[in-house]
Amino acid sequence: MKKTLSILFIIFYASYGWTRPLSVDEVAPGIFVHFGKHQLPDTINHGAIANIGFIIGKRCVAVIDTGGNPDEGRALREAIRKQTDKSVCYVINTHVHPDHIYGNSAFKQDKPRFIGHHNLARAINSRASFYIARAPEQLGINLTEADLVVPDKGVKKHLVIDIGDRKLMLTAHPTAHTDNDLTVYDQQTDTMWLSDLLFLEHIPIIDGSLKGWIAVMERLGKKSYQRVIPGHGPLVTHWPEAMQAQHTYLNVLLKEIRIFIKQGGFLEDAVTRIGYSQKNKWHLFDDFHKKNVTTSFAELEWED
Amino acid sequence: MKKIIWLIPLLIGLPALSQAARDEYAWNNELKEEFFAGKKIIESNDVIDIEVPYRAEDPALVPLKIISKIPQTKDRYIKRILMVVDKNPYPFVGEFEFTPQSGKADLAMRVRVNTYSFVRAIAELNDGSLHMAKQFVKASGGCSAPIGADLDAAMKRLGKMKFKFGDDLQIGKPSQAQLLISHPNITGMQMDQVTRFVKKSHFMDKLTVTYNNKPVLTAKTDIAISADPNFRFYFIPEGKGELKAEFSDISCETPTSRKVCKSISSYSKSQTITP
Repeated sequence: MKKTLSILFIIFYASYGWTRPLSVDEVAPGIFVHFGKHQLPDTINHGAIANIGFIIGKRCVAVIDTGGNPDEGRALREAIRKQTDKSVCYVINTHVHPDHIYGNSAFKQDKPRFIGHHNLARAINSRASFYIARAPEQLGINLTEADLVVPDKGVKKHLVIDIGDRKLMLTAHPTAHTDNDLTVYDQQTDTMWLSDLLFLEHIPIIDGSLKGWIAVMERLGKKSYQRVIPGHGPLVTHWPEAMQAQHTYLNVLLKEIRIFIKQGGFLEDAVTRIGYSQKNKWHLFDDFHKKNVTTSFAELEWED
Repeated sequence: MKKIIWLIPLLIGLPALSQAARDEYAWNNELKEEFFAGKKIIESNDVIDIEVPYRAEDPALVPLKIISKIPQTKDRYIKRILMVVDKNPYPFVGEFEFTPQSGKADLAMRVRVNTYSFVRAIAELNDGSLHMAKQFVKASGGCSAPIGADLDAAMKRLGKMKFKFGDDLQIGKPSQAQLLISHPNITGMQMDQVTRFVKKSHFMDKLTVTYNNKPVLTAKTDIAISADPNFRFYFIPEGKGELKAEFSDISCETPTSRKVCKSISSYSKSQTITP
């Protein structure tokens, strides 16, 4: 009985939306992050699993990723309202994945500029019908086309935006985690918002290019940042050491798959043999590792 | 007692439900008739068997293997194998023709599976008899899944082909070859939600592999073949010789009909073999 009541309570809350502001940490002056949990997106968490947040300038607020469903977007908006009266002037999407963009529609009323990698619009368009069709079953939410907001500004390489005495440098990267990864660098606090170019604890997910991702990481690894915000996992204050685990995982895949292909191995065998030395280092390994091997194998077999 | 009465429809309902997921309705009522009207099909694993993961890690790239149980001799051989994924929007996967020169009618490929479905292969022997093997696969979204992660790279490579061989190329013995084809094999089910523009299908429809000008593998294929089609098959090397692959691609007006299609191009690749 108690259980039934609490389930009813949850249903009631879910259907009326969260009015409660999302919990956020101020990781640096004016930079707020909601840290997600390492879970599979499902009908219980409704896809709200990623790190998302915002940066407050003298003039206005830049939102960086909006969450895994429209309700999380609204809760993030409430969290902003708790910190400041300034309006949201930019919504920046770091890449196309549902856990980062499904809250976009919550910010339409603020009439911000939506910004993403120049490939983001194409990625959203080509995935939209697929995402919308699968949302009820996979996430227990109903999405419409209006929830998938395409950026009105695509970043080719770099773009500097000013939110009032605070300049944010946006960088569009070559294909890595996806083919539309965008990072946000805050000069004022020397903070790099890497989003899903960096996974900590949660197994990295390859949906772009294994080789491309390693190349981007090696470039970023040469820089120094006071702090780095990953897409999944805790705040980083020791860069580049913090990227070591991901770097190792991706390089193990690269090395082992290359050898496997050279020895004439086939895909169906690769997924059961490659990369298992890394198993204990990651959350959700069993859920994503085989897919990572599959994607990487398909990429690497065209190398020579 | 009341409780038990309530349970009865539940108990009857449950097996029906679990069967719904594994049903063969489409096969028994539509597909069988469409492909093999009036013919008798023997269901057994004595001629061919299918190997496929029960749970597909990537529904757009499901590795599938057909293992033949009989040798390809002049007197008795597998003439063709037809592949069907019952519940795909376009169930026909491909039709593969073999000859005694194939050596062995084994075949491996990668396919798209759109939902929980039986995957079946029907082998026709030269005597006309039909033998079917099937496997159930749990997958979701293989056909409507977005076009590959790096479309730009894929389009640049389109049409490129590559042969690969194991260490066991032997004169006079069935030897395995792998053919890699670079092609996004677009299903035509990926809709642009904003512009309402449907990305038209664009896929490989015919493939021929010959060895010294004699056919080894001839195939008719469709959208259920994964992006970057990948086939493993057998042939019998006779000393120095030439293996040649040719394929063509087409684009169709709708993903589920082949009535209005136009051909796009053809591609070829030859390689000299010295076992």
